[in-house]
Amino acid sequence: MISLTSPVRTRAHDWPAGAKLAALCVVTVLLFKAQSLWIHAGVFAGMLVLYRLPGPVFFRAGLRALRVLWPFVVMLALYHLVTWTPYAGGVILLRMVTAVGLATLVTMTTQLSDLIAVVRWLATPLRALGLKTAYLETAIALVIRFTPVLLTKGTKLIDAWRARSPRRPGWRIILPFTVLALDDADHIAEALRARGGFDAMKE
Amino acid sequence: MEKHVTLIALFAALIAALGLIPQIALPFGVPITAQSLGIMLCGTVLGAKRGALAVLLFLLLVALGLPLLAGGRGGLGVFTSPTAGFLVGFPIAAFVTGLITEKWRKGPLAVSAGVASVIGGIVVLYLFGIGGLSLVLGKSVPEATMLVAAFIPGDILKAAIAGMLTAALAKARPASVLSRA
Repeated sequence: MISLTSPVRTRAHDWPAGAKLAALCVVTVLLFKAQSLWIHAGVFAGMLVLYRLPGPVFFRAGLRALRVLWPFVVMLALYHLVTWTPYAGGVILLRMVTAVGLATLVTMTTQLSDLIAVVRWLATPLRALGLKTAYLETAIALVIRFTPVLLTKGTKLIDAWRARSPRRPGWRIILPFTVLALDDADHIAEALRARGGFDAMKE
Repeated sequence: MEKHVTLIALFAALIAALGLIPQIALPFGVPITAQSLGIMLCGTVLGAKRGALAVLLFLLLVALGLPLLAGGRGGLGVFTSPTAGFLVGFPIAAFVTGLITEKWRKGPLAVSAGVASVIGGIVVLYLFGIGGLSLVLGKSVPEATMLVAAFIPGDILKAAIAGMLTAALAKARPASVLSRA
């Protein structure tokens, strides 16, 4: 499956994931507090520099990740031109793009395993309370493993529909699709129990 | 216990798969991505608590950077984007949908699950979604509502489908429909 992480390894990959996340939280809160266009323009320019530093391949991948914002950018620009409030429009536009851009930057430069380690660390107080976070970790692994499996099964159902009907695949295929997921859940639960279940897992 | 964890995980995967399979057609030929249908089904099939947990698990994986949202979006950026309010509303929508399905036991399941999906999956979800839009885009609530109003008819169809699917699933796999177990 494709991932949203960077195509090239950057220096930021070696920075601790928890620190990057904490910094992102602080900057995002400050962005929503700041009302000056110049501050927003400055942070936006700084973000562009960060995107450009690791080279053109990284820069292009970053722009691709931010493409989903275009409709909102166009709409905001039109709105603020029509109502002639360019200052407020500039602040809102820059803030939106910078907030999404910085968060995407953290995603691009942090490996999945590092982020899962942060989640495990965040769950420490839960473990202290006696909750088993092994459930959570098993569940994360199951979703990562079974999303492509379900995707394949869903695509096969659509193919089967197309082979038999000239019409577009309809909502009716969601029923067998969901039944397949329920049956998979049953089989996995049985397999887990056969191996001792959650009781056999060491914390 | 194992079964509940695997059901929650598989439904999280189902939400992702419903958003990523090629678009399917609703009645009247409206093409949709079925991701919000997945949110409704989490509530109507798994019930309030487990449905919300499945959605939270899905969102956790999106935040960790897996491209599981419709259109292959994901990562931390989606939580600061204009549509972040909808993501915040997802687990609450599933919880409310599940709660109504669990409590309302008179009459056919298709009706109660369908109405639950309208209240949870549309009313509650759009409250959060519109709030998020108005916050990030700096617009008033009526203006933000105008932006998303076009999607509401499609979502009402999805809620009706979620109701029918839940009734059919309760017949096909009664042991797995936890909202009525």
